[in-house]
Amino acid sequence: MNEHGWLGKLDWDSLVFSKLITDPSVSEAVASTAGSIVIIATVAILGLLTWFRAWGPLWSEWLTSTDHKKIGIMYIVFALVMMTRGLLEGMVMRAQQAAAPDGFLYADHFAQLFSTHGTIMIFFVAVPFVVGLVNFVMPLQIGARDVAFPVLNQISLAVTVSSGILLMVSLVVGEFSTGGWSAYPPYTGADFNPGVGPDYWVWAIVFSGAGTTLTGINFTVTIIKCRAAGMKFFRMPMFCWTVLCSSILMIFAMPPLSVAALMLGFDRYLDFHFFTNDLGGNMMNYANLFWLFGHPEVYLLVLPAYGIFSEVFSTFSAKRLYGYKSLVIATMSIAVLSFTVWLHHFFTMGQSPTINIVFGIATMLIAVPTGVKVYDWMATMYRGRIRFTTPMIYSIGFLILFVIGGLSGVILANPTVDFQVHNTLFLVAHFHNVLIPGVLFGLLAGYNYWFPKAFGFRLNDRLGRWSAFLWVLGFMLTFFPLYGAGLLGMPRRSFSYMDLTFKPYMLVAFVGAMVVLCALISLVVQLVVSLKDRDKNRVPVGDPWDGRSLEWSIPAPAPSYNFVELPRVTDRDEFTEAKEQGRAYLPPKVYRDIEVPKNNPLGFILCVLSGILMFALVWYIWWLALVSALAIIVAVIASTFRWDSERVIPASQVQKDTEKWLEQVKKSRAIGRDLENTPANVGYAKLEH
Amino acid sequence: MNGNPSTSNPNVNPGQLPGAIHKDPDMVVFGFWVFMMSDLIFFGVVFAIYITMIGATAGGPGPRELFDFGSLFAQTMLLLTSSLTVGIATVTMKHQRSQASFLFWVVVTLLLGLGFLTLELYDFSQMAEKGGVPQRSGYLSAFFGLVPLHGLHVSFGCLWMLVLIAQVWKKGMLDIIKLRFLRLALFWHFLDLIWIGIFSIVYFGGWVYG
Ligand code: HEM
Ligand SMILES: [Cu+2]
Repeated sequence: MNEHGWLGKLDWDSLVFSKLITDPSVSEAVASTAGSIVIIATVAILGLLTWFRAWGPLWSEWLTSTDHKKIGIMYIVFALVMMTRGLLEGMVMRAQQAAAPDGFLYADHFAQLFSTHGTIMIFFVAVPFVVGLVNFVMPLQIGARDVAFPVLNQISLAVTVSSGILLMVSLVVGEFSTGGWSAYPPYTGADFNPGVGPDYWVWAIVFSGAGTTLTGINFTVTIIKCRAAGMKFFRMPMFCWTVLCSSILMIFAMPPLSVAALMLGFDRYLDFHFFTNDLGGNMMNYANLFWLFGHPEVYLLVLPAYGIFSEVFSTFSAKRLYGYKSLVIATMSIAVLSFTVWLHHFFTMGQSPTINIVFGIATMLIAVPTGVKVYDWMATMYRGRIRFTTPMIYSIGFLILFVIGGLSGVILANPTVDFQVHNTLFLVAHFHNVLIPGVLFGLLAGYNYWFPKAFGFRLNDRLGRWSAFLWVLGFMLTFFPLYGAGLLGMPRRSFSYMDLTFKPYMLVAFVGAMVVLCALISLVVQLVVSLKDRDKNRVPVGDPWDGRSLEWSIPAPAPSYNFVELPRVTDRDEFTEAKEQGRAYLPPKVYRDIEVPKNNPLGFILCVLSGILMFALVWYIWWLALVSALAIIVAVIASTFRWDSERVIPASQVQKDTEKWLEQVKKSRAIGRDLENTPANVGYAKLEH
Repeated sequence: MNGNPSTSNPNVNPGQLPGAIHKDPDMVVFGFWVFMMSDLIFFGVVFAIYITMIGATAGGPGPRELFDFGSLFAQTMLLLTSSLTVGIATVTMKHQRSQASFLFWVVVTLLLGLGFLTLELYDFSQMAEKGGVPQRSGYLSAFFGLVPLHGLHVSFGCLWMLVLIAQVWKKGMLDIIKLRFLRLALFWHFLDLIWIGIFSIVYFGGWVYG
């Protein structure tokens, strides 16, 4: 099978730098710069870890941890790193189109950029960010000690990260696919794309997709089986409801993607004919499979963000969430409807008008529950005691911008209109308009909102607000012009254009992208400044925002076992209720030993091995693929021979921690909401309505 | 809900469940059901692809030329019997019969599974001799995307049994092993169901509509 020798297709010319030598162009220089950044950053991180002797703690506190909170944090760190890359790619693309017709990139390079950008943003930014926040928050909100399957959780993270690393490697060795994030065959098949690009895509998608499916299973079981006593379904915080629906979407929507990607892989590697042009292949099958996943995917991402907005609106308006039940029902309707509309992604591919109209109407129906939600959120704010904090700015920005994005979606849902604007920048404007305010703003709001719970200190709110405003402004400048350019007929995915009518739009969009870059930078600055000032902003008592649900009832940072005593829930806003009745901050009746899962190296081992396996497959290094696949099987089997997977935290330790915390509560002064962003806030909120 | 092992899973017959699994057996088994649900979607999608490609033989051999219903009947019988024996093993476990009789039934199941796989591989080689290879047509790609997927699951089940036998042999019937076996049994029945789907849709349906 191997016509390529021991290293498969790999040779010196695969390195990005060798191309720069044979062809010293700007396009190759940009590629080599990106590759160098990956290498330099890797070396720098490894060097710093060694310098600070951080390997030991990194291994025992993080890499082998089975604590859902730490796994969640690792997911988010990973997502933020990938986001930096994805955004920079967006900037480069914007620069190219602003500079057109004489841009600086080759057509293929531009194609790789939008392919990696889309793939990364969806699978390696949005998904892991969502999964990370859920991992951190959801078990706390339902009053559980952990997720249902902690080691599985680790494994999901492992394969997600190794796929992400594979994408980073593709910057240095070989090239990425030019087929867009949806990788339509036959263009991504072996005939048109014999290189390694689509193989990178296939394996990254297969492995990270498996991780997401497992996560969905894990979260679903956690919510159904691990809720605290008394937490009926209709007493769950809104966020948990959205997570439940979104996890179910993961379970049902990921398999079609895995199937599509694997079949594409079979076509490429083994000369099968699922989606080829000849011998009975059928590429419409691919389109159907892909969007059977792809459409639910966007709801999988946006539903948890809706959950975050619900929490934020209610907390920062100091009011109970308005229309809780209608929000739950709307969430469920959206989850179900999201499976009935996939065909709107290929209105123009030749099915009958009747089918198009059915799917068009189904698509528009989603606007109904979404509208319900928007009104509920507004009603939650109505007559509330609103505080204009960072999460609130994101949320209000979302509320306004998302309505615009949604409206452009309703426009696209009309097949006749879609025939005019599909494949133009109008579409690009639309989906960024829902993804950025809908998903990303939600995630960033959640990041600001729950950060103190994770690390024990607040983020700087002033810088946070700056960042939020820059995001909103940058988003509008970047993407609103695209609606215009799209209506004028500028095609998406074009690396250049001759018609200079588009130019002004592209220039404005470029300026917008620079503002987004500033937003990203300010996010980093916010983190650095907050780290520096952390002693002033500590909130050890754990309730900095006058929170309403259970996660705020424990210290910050949360102890590894979450709750000293598993809570007993009587109300939807349990913690608010507890504060009102004076039940908050009571010592437990007895202190007991607490069992938590032990550290486990399995996740890390699988991360390394699956990374090697994917790399070997991409480069046709069969012996290595075989060895690493066998090693994965052995590692998994060996792990089932670990019989003592639990570690006991002795009651005395629990008692010591808790008493120290309660002491702190007693010493602290409850502060009002107008002082919540001052050092006076130690996480002990005065009850205010 | 958490931490307190319920005994509503009579098949596991858990004792006091100390240390090893503080988790609720119900939860573990439920988790596996959810996994199977996802796997079912996976299969369902591959089935759908097969159905859309039944006619896409591109002039190559089709179902009528390729299928050997005698062998298929034998495969079906092997798999159905193995579902029975895995059921017997579950009952042995429930009534806490000897470890030896439990292991006996697991081994029988394993052998039946291996017999099934042998016949299936033989069938594939026969098909290949008649030119029925996945590279030949979209139809055959779809066939070889689906049927070996089930075979792969069966192989995985066999490997699982081997590991389980080793563990029982080494450790005895620990509760955690019982729970693992319970999931294995569920998985095995599930594969039986999938096979019935394959038999009726892939083989029979292919023969009728191909
Ligand atoms: C705010 C910074 C961003 C900028 C400047 C940006 C820019 C771009 C550009 C220039 C394209 C190519 C458009 C074309 O087809 O002509 C693109 C495509 C895309 N972007 Fe973004 N983007 C940004 C953020 C995001 C985010 C946050 C997401 C998702 C969460 C995202 C998801 C996508 C997807 C899925 C594509 C389609 C890729 C394809 O055509 O295959 N983008 N973006
Ligand atoms: Cu859609």
